Amino acid sequence: MKKTALDHLLDWGGRIVLGAILAFVLLPFVVVAIASFNDGAILSFPPKAWSLRWYANAFEYRDFGAGLRNSLKIAGMGAAIALIAGAGFAYVIDRYDFALKRTLNAVLMSPLIIPNFTIGLGLLVLSAAVSMPRSLGLVVATHVIIVLPFVVRSVYVSLQNFERRYEQAAESLGGTPAHVLRTVTLPLLVPGLVSGGLFAAILSFNEFTASLFVVNQSTQTLPVAMYNYVREYADPTLAAVSVIYVLVVAAILMIVHRFFRLEKVLNVE
Amino acid sequence: MTTRPFLGWFALPSVLIAIGIAASFLAIVQYSFRAHVPGALDPGGLTFDNFTTLWKAVYGQAFVNTVLLCAWTALFTLLIGYPLAYAMVRARSAKLRSAILLISLTPLFLGEIVRTYSWMIVLGNRGFVNAILMDLGLIDRPIAFMFTMTGVVIALVHFTLPIVVVMLAAALAHIDRNLERAASSLGAGRIRRFVTVTLPLSVPGIVAATSTAFAWTFSAFATPQIIGGGQVQTISTLVYQVGFASFNFPLAASLSLVGLLFTIAVLTVFNTGIRRLERLGGHGA
Repeated sequence: MKKTALDHLLDWGGRIVLGAILAFVLLPFVVVAIASFNDGAILSFPPKAWSLRWYANAFEYRDFGAGLRNSLKIAGMGAAIALIAGAGFAYVIDRYDFALKRTLNAVLMSPLIIPNFTIGLGLLVLSAAVSMPRSLGLVVATHVIIVLPFVVRSVYVSLQNFERRYEQAAESLGGTPAHVLRTVTLPLLVPGLVSGGLFAAILSFNEFTASLFVVNQSTQTLPVAMYNYVREYADPTLAAVSVIYVLVVAAILMIVHRFFRLEKVLNVE
Repeated sequence: MTTRPFLGWFALPSVLIAIGIAASFLAIVQYSFRAHVPGALDPGGLTFDNFTTLWKAVYGQAFVNTVLLCAWTALFTLLIGYPLAYAMVRARSAKLRSAILLISLTPLFLGEIVRTYSWMIVLGNRGFVNAILMDLGLIDRPIAFMFTMTGVVIALVHFTLPIVVVMLAAALAHIDRNLERAASSLGAGRIRRFVTVTLPLSVPGIVAATSTAFAWTFSAFATPQIIGGGQVQTISTLVYQVGFASFNFPLAASLSLVGLLFTIAVLTVFNTGIRRLERLGGHGA
């Protein structure tokens, strides 16, 4: 097809619009990176002198280290529990019909609609009502509830694309249900399980609002520690923390993308 | 459906979690009908006072702010997200597609705090945008973005964009390209093809994305709290304030409950309205 002048105009207009939007998405991260190397204690542009002192400060500030350890612990445990529960549930709704299936599904998916501050408040109030202390377990439970829908969806999508004939073949060759599950079903589900688990871990690592309600001083997560810092201090330390944060998350994303292709994981192909 | 009975036990952990979700929701309902005892964390007797308190102007203003923020954010997110999703789905090179996807998703994986803090630096009085505009001599005094609705909307659009792009891209990716080719062979130009074929076919995706954008914005807390700086109160910031500044958990619970019912009502009205529109247009079943 021959391109008309209008087509060329649309092409170039489209490119400019696309570039502007991508710039909008990246702008805050570029700016925060510049600010993190600013020598001054007050955020101003352009920085007059450069230094790494805010990075040093970030590493020295105790709450960030403790928060990071808590966050890693909580994200690890939360993702593991959500993966076991979510994969089990996705498997059962794919294969079985039972009473209350839709109710159970609606309740488990409700955190997608219920705001995180309501979930956090609900669990805080519940733990108070049953006189449960605000332990690490409560924070993990909160995170499991929030990330579970994403795991269920991811595993469910792989089950939908699942080739049932392999299972049937294994069964016809005399495999017991447990054996078939272990040697055929689970290995075929690995990509869905991995992407579900990674998503759960990343979402949990970033979760902030609900955590703010259920943490205490000893269980505070990295995002909560960062929030508390920004409320108390106005120096660029948090810019340094943000840069490190961005780099770590971007690296994880690249790895996920390399092995599993995000397009596939997110079902946009 | 296979019937291998023992595998049904795999649902057990999720049943326990569902009970936890239901219990915490019931706890909110229960608390919202209890009296606040100042200085005590345990609630008092049964009362309707919390709901009558919500009629006060402070709370009404927070509702209005929240709805306005949700509406503006959803609108701008769609306007920005649609071209992005379109470019991603239609990009000819796989590299460009991956790049657009990665860039648009990055914010999703960086959490609310990093993003909100970054916008604070961009939008502050001595921030990036004001510094550039003043250096260029376009303005004499900094534009106030912080503590204003405008600032909060800008940051919230960034907050909501990734999920909207993913939903729109999924919808656009599933449109049958043959329909566009057919329109093209009948002589429709690019604009006409987009307006009469692609856009209408993506309406279900737009609807899903709009309601999700609405729900996400409603749920946002750190962004209105930090960028709004107490000047732009929303339901979420108020719930936290009522809960942790005055320890009035019963009132916080009733505020959450009303907020939740409100979101559900808005989303229901929105979805049924659109479904009816679609049926009129002959798209639905």
